Amino acid sequence: MSTQQLMPEVAALIVEALNLPVKPEDIQPDDPLYGDGLGLDSIDMLEIALVVSKRYGFQLKSDDENNQRIFASLRALSEHIASYRVQ
Amino acid sequence: MSRTLPLVSARAPHDTLAWTVRGPISVVRYCADVRRLAGWLPPGRFIINLCEDRYRYAVLLGACAVSGRVSLQPSSQSPQVFAQLLQTYEGCRAVGDAQPAQVLPLQVLRLPPLGLDEAERHRRDDDAIPAVPIDRTVAILFTSGSTGQPTPHAKTWGKLVASGQAEARALGLDARPHALVGTVPAQHSYGFESTVLLALHGGCSFWSGRPFYPQDLAQALAAVPRPRMVVTTPFHLRSFISSGVSLPTVDLWLSATAPLDDVLAAQVEAATGAPVHEIYGSTESSQLATRRTLDGAAWHPMPGVRLEQDEGGTTWALGDHVERRVPLSDIIALHEGGRFTLQGRQADMVNLAGKRTSLAYLNHVLCGIDGVRDGAFFLPSEDTAQRVGRLAAFVVAPGHDQATLLAALRQRIDPIFLPRPLVLVDALARNDASKVVREQLQRLYDDWAAAHGRGDAR
Repeated sequence: MSTQQLMPEVAALIVEALNLPVKPEDIQPDDPLYGDGLGLDSIDMLEIALVVSKRYGFQLKSDDENNQRIFASLRALSEHIASYRVQ
Repeated sequence: MSRTLPLVSARAPHDTLAWTVRGPISVVRYCADVRRLAGWLPPGRFIINLCEDRYRYAVLLGACAVSGRVSLQPSSQSPQVFAQLLQTYEGCRAVGDAQPAQVLPLQVLRLPPLGLDEAERHRRDDDAIPAVPIDRTVAILFTSGSTGQPTPHAKTWGKLVASGQAEARALGLDARPHALVGTVPAQHSYGFESTVLLALHGGCSFWSGRPFYPQDLAQALAAVPRPRMVVTTPFHLRSFISSGVSLPTVDLWLSATAPLDDVLAAQVEAATGAPVHEIYGSTESSQLATRRTLDGAAWHPMPGVRLEQDEGGTTWALGDHVERRVPLSDIIALHEGGRFTLQGRQADMVNLAGKRTSLAYLNHVLCGIDGVRDGAFFLPSEDTAQRVGRLAAFVVAPGHDQATLLAALRQRIDPIFLPRPLVLVDALARNDASKVVREQLQRLYDDWAAAHGRGDAR
């Protein structure tokens, strides 16, 4: 599955996991998830990591600066999932 | 000349103080790094310590302590906070080890590389552990205060040494020093006390990184010897246990910054075979007491700590490592032998992820937003919460949507207090005292949870 196809699924996962007051389709692929934009914080990222590991079968790791990059946007997170998913 | 205490105590010179990806770092090498960095620091008394790596943080703290400077440790790194620090501490400089995540109103100096090679160190032939006057202020920690203005809490060297020693005794680490792996930053009081001070004065050593994901924790634990203690929070604990990641042996878990529920503590103990202990304290008072969560609600004061109550019902903390007699914001019942239990928060204090504010202040901010006719924040009780440690808010704002209101709130309050969910309602009933009663908010919250069909998110 391509990143493009995965994005709506990941957006729905984020909205549901965090009770966000937005519709999945309202999350723009390149809007920042962190800070401004959706305003996620580190506790949110831990929760997303958990649902991602359950759904896609792999564990996120923060190798230095990697973490900021993975969570930069819906597109970045979906790309990361697309390349590491095992289910 | 005031009395002095050493920068590091309870350790032999060649004991390991810190574990890093490049290998262990001994007490003498730490002291050499501290001396060298003290010579490099810019002039001026105040240094904002932004080092993310725990070892580099500790070297900068030490360099401040031995050179008469002060390590400033803000509770958040927002541009507004830095602007306020610049106003209060004229000429203060920031030193860090990474590119700041956002543009700041001051230049961040990059820490030079640390670590003399052993040969060079021996040529210098200086293995002495430096000493610091006990009444010297070496760090100022900040709370965001209920109004968002950073409030300073100065920490003197003698009290910090006593704090590290008291915690080691309270947790039995003085008899059996552990390697500490912390998921919390070194700058905030809990991480400062339970990772850095416990190593400098409680005989322990620490891992220099800050694991975030369960997989990171597994790697960090594998990099340090047993016995190991993980210094963490309920949020991280939940994530580690739910992830199913298999962890190397943990010998002790430590949790603080938010209440830990018994169910989670029992899960952690069952899954790992290690006891879960909690710390009670605050930035103002420093750490005060410990308990094993599953042994019951009572807290045991740390060695040298006493609580006293005045006629108005306010509880005050005082003792060996407490800077001064400090009023506590919790309602406390004292029991025999100095033990105590928490009876709830005073007024309407909210403490999330180590940050405090009051519901009254949040409601005041919410109702001040253009177009908001009425609104109330609500902290769900632990047994009904859909998400651990998040506030909810119910708002009457005809013609406004949630996103606009959240964006307006984000401009005004710390993001940890942003409501999840923010629910728009037609009206809020107020009682004779023009208060929105908690029962009503609980009903609204239950209705929302039912409508969203979310089972127990835990």
